[in-house]
Amino acid sequence: MTLAATQTILPNRPRLTGRISDFLWKHPHVLLAVLLGPPILWLGIIYLGSLFALLLQSFFSIDDFSGLINYEFTLATYKQLLSDANFDIIVRTVLMAATVTLFSALIAFPIAYYAARYARGKWKAVFYLGVMLPLWSSYLVKIYAWKLILAKEGILTWAFTKLNLLWLLDGWLSLPVIGGNSLSVSYTGTFLVFVYVWMPFMILPIQAALERVPANLIEASSDLGGTPQQTFRHVLFPLALPGIVAGSIFTFSLTLGDYIIPQIVGSSRLFIGQAVYAQQGTAGNIPLAAAFTVVPIVIMGLYLWMAKRMGAFDAL
Amino acid sequence: MKQILKSCTALTLSFAFATHAFAQEAMKELGKGEGELSIVAWAGYIERGETDKAYDWVTSFEKDTGCKVSVKTAATSDEMVALMNEGGFDLVTASGDASLRLVAGKRVQPINTALIPSWSTIDERLQNAPWHTVNGTHYGTPYVWGPNVLMYNTEAFKGEAPKSWNVVFEEMTLPDGKSNKGRIQAYDGPIHVADAANYLMFHKKELGIKDPYELNEDQYKAALDVLRVQRTLAGRYWHDAMIQIDDFKNEGVVASGSWPFQVNLLKAEKLPITSVFPEEGATGWADTTMLHAESTHPNCAYMWMEHSLSPKVQGDVSAWFGTVPSVPAACKGNELLTDEGCATNGYNDFEKIKFWKTPVSKCASQSECVPYHRWVSDYIGVIGGR
Repeated sequence: MTLAATQTILPNRPRLTGRISDFLWKHPHVLLAVLLGPPILWLGIIYLGSLFALLLQSFFSIDDFSGLINYEFTLATYKQLLSDANFDIIVRTVLMAATVTLFSALIAFPIAYYAARYARGKWKAVFYLGVMLPLWSSYLVKIYAWKLILAKEGILTWAFTKLNLLWLLDGWLSLPVIGGNSLSVSYTGTFLVFVYVWMPFMILPIQAALERVPANLIEASSDLGGTPQQTFRHVLFPLALPGIVAGSIFTFSLTLGDYIIPQIVGSSRLFIGQAVYAQQGTAGNIPLAAAFTVVPIVIMGLYLWMAKRMGAFDAL
Repeated sequence: MKQILKSCTALTLSFAFATHAFAQEAMKELGKGEGELSIVAWAGYIERGETDKAYDWVTSFEKDTGCKVSVKTAATSDEMVALMNEGGFDLVTASGDASLRLVAGKRVQPINTALIPSWSTIDERLQNAPWHTVNGTHYGTPYVWGPNVLMYNTEAFKGEAPKSWNVVFEEMTLPDGKSNKGRIQAYDGPIHVADAANYLMFHKKELGIKDPYELNEDQYKAALDVLRVQRTLAGRYWHDAMIQIDDFKNEGVVASGSWPFQVNLLKAEKLPITSVFPEEGATGWADTTMLHAESTHPNCAYMWMEHSLSPKVQGDVSAWFGTVPSVPAACKGNELLTDEGCATNGYNDFEKIKFWKTPVSKCASQSECVPYHRWVSDYIGVIGGR
């Protein structure tokens, strides 16, 4: 009896490390605070703190007369943000991001489906390599290459000429809004480059989602008389949706913030990222630049909230 | 104790003011080099032969003076102003749209021209230029300057040079029988509003524009209208010299405002490209080497300013960047620039150039002008199709 008691309840350990260990074991909340404290401080001060400082700037205004920043609370900058020219920039960027996301999903789904369902062994490796390879080369090199491909005297025009299809290209370019003098100075060109550059970020999450869809569910659907369309609509698509939504978060937010692609390929009409750059760097209008930065934050906030409701984060 | 503290504070304050006042005086005499020198410069302005062995004007300076040069390149005038405000640099090669801001912000100190032997060799047109001289005090030495020329494709214009900037401002049929629509470009910077104003200054005298950088509301609106027409003609706006070169090669662009730098590169590739100085004149830039108010290596800085004015350096920089030297002697006998270099880059067009400066609301020629930040937001609107 005494032997058992002494063995169960050990005396306090003499060494410091041992005592600390005992203390932490008895007070799990302290352990949690010690482990989580530094990252939370990092997130809170370095990340959220600077973000807050930025947002604060957007409530100041710039003095029209001297060009100096007026450190008084005002909503004038937001009024300026919603002026016609600036609102155009927001609409243009959001529309582009939405279109790029939609088409990325349409193209990525069959590729991801093939990779998840049919590719085996060596082909699976080839698939991964093929999707990841563009990510390993420089982003800038790829965009400059696309600028040349899409140029008026570039390879695409050449190919269309050889195929006697130039009328098709010219017809497309003569369309209002999406057309232009050549592919590389039109929205179509910007769109194509965006889709190309962000494609891997769409394929990989969809593929991961499709891998998790049990094959027997699809078989069961067919056994019960479901046509392929019905199976897709009622079984496969809903189960893959979280993956599509996760991929769309990447493509949407990346397009929303990018300022390099529209600068090199496109019609020089500004996107949000470029507007921030121009207002902050060239004009010295930091309040307006900050207000522009708030726009993607708000849009992404709404987007993530919707994505959460659709279950995009269930698999995390 | 309190008394001591108080007097100490007063003493420190008076010292602070004294040194501050002292910093505003130009240096009286030169001492020995401090062994180091840091310069904020445009890319390509301070070369040490790392890109091309033939273009090196730093190594010899370091050898002669013992001042080790470090360069911080900046891409825009605003970046230069920001870096100088931050401090820690000795010199900056500021363009006209930055130099006066630096003087007004007391970030640069006056220059004692007596300490720079080559001062007298500087082009007389630049010695008292308003972008570095304020009330008779010099705030730096001229480095190099250049015009914004009209670059065009000789095949599209059938060998006849366009006389006017109207080829990039109005829709018209070019000598090759096709419209200029989609075949012209314009500079992707708000300062381009001045080019439109310069165009109006010549063609619409009734607007009464005296200076393309000092526009009242009506003149400004008229300039924006010109730019709105230009938007319908331009496929893309250029801001990166290399992209513009590519557009002239692959995009079928035949006319645009440009720098001699691009013209020279395209000519070197034997392409049918050349440039002209239209009848309206042109805008341009003139850069000044300025000394930071709190420079820690002023002796080395003075030595650099002297060095930067030597015909060899002036000629080499000009050959590299397509600029015009501030020292006329550099125009003769420089191997890299050649004897035609100066004329090619715009030496004889000085009078026709309206040099870049920052538009401010309190302007000299009128009671009130449209300030730069409005130029920025409105130019964005114009490009966006508003």
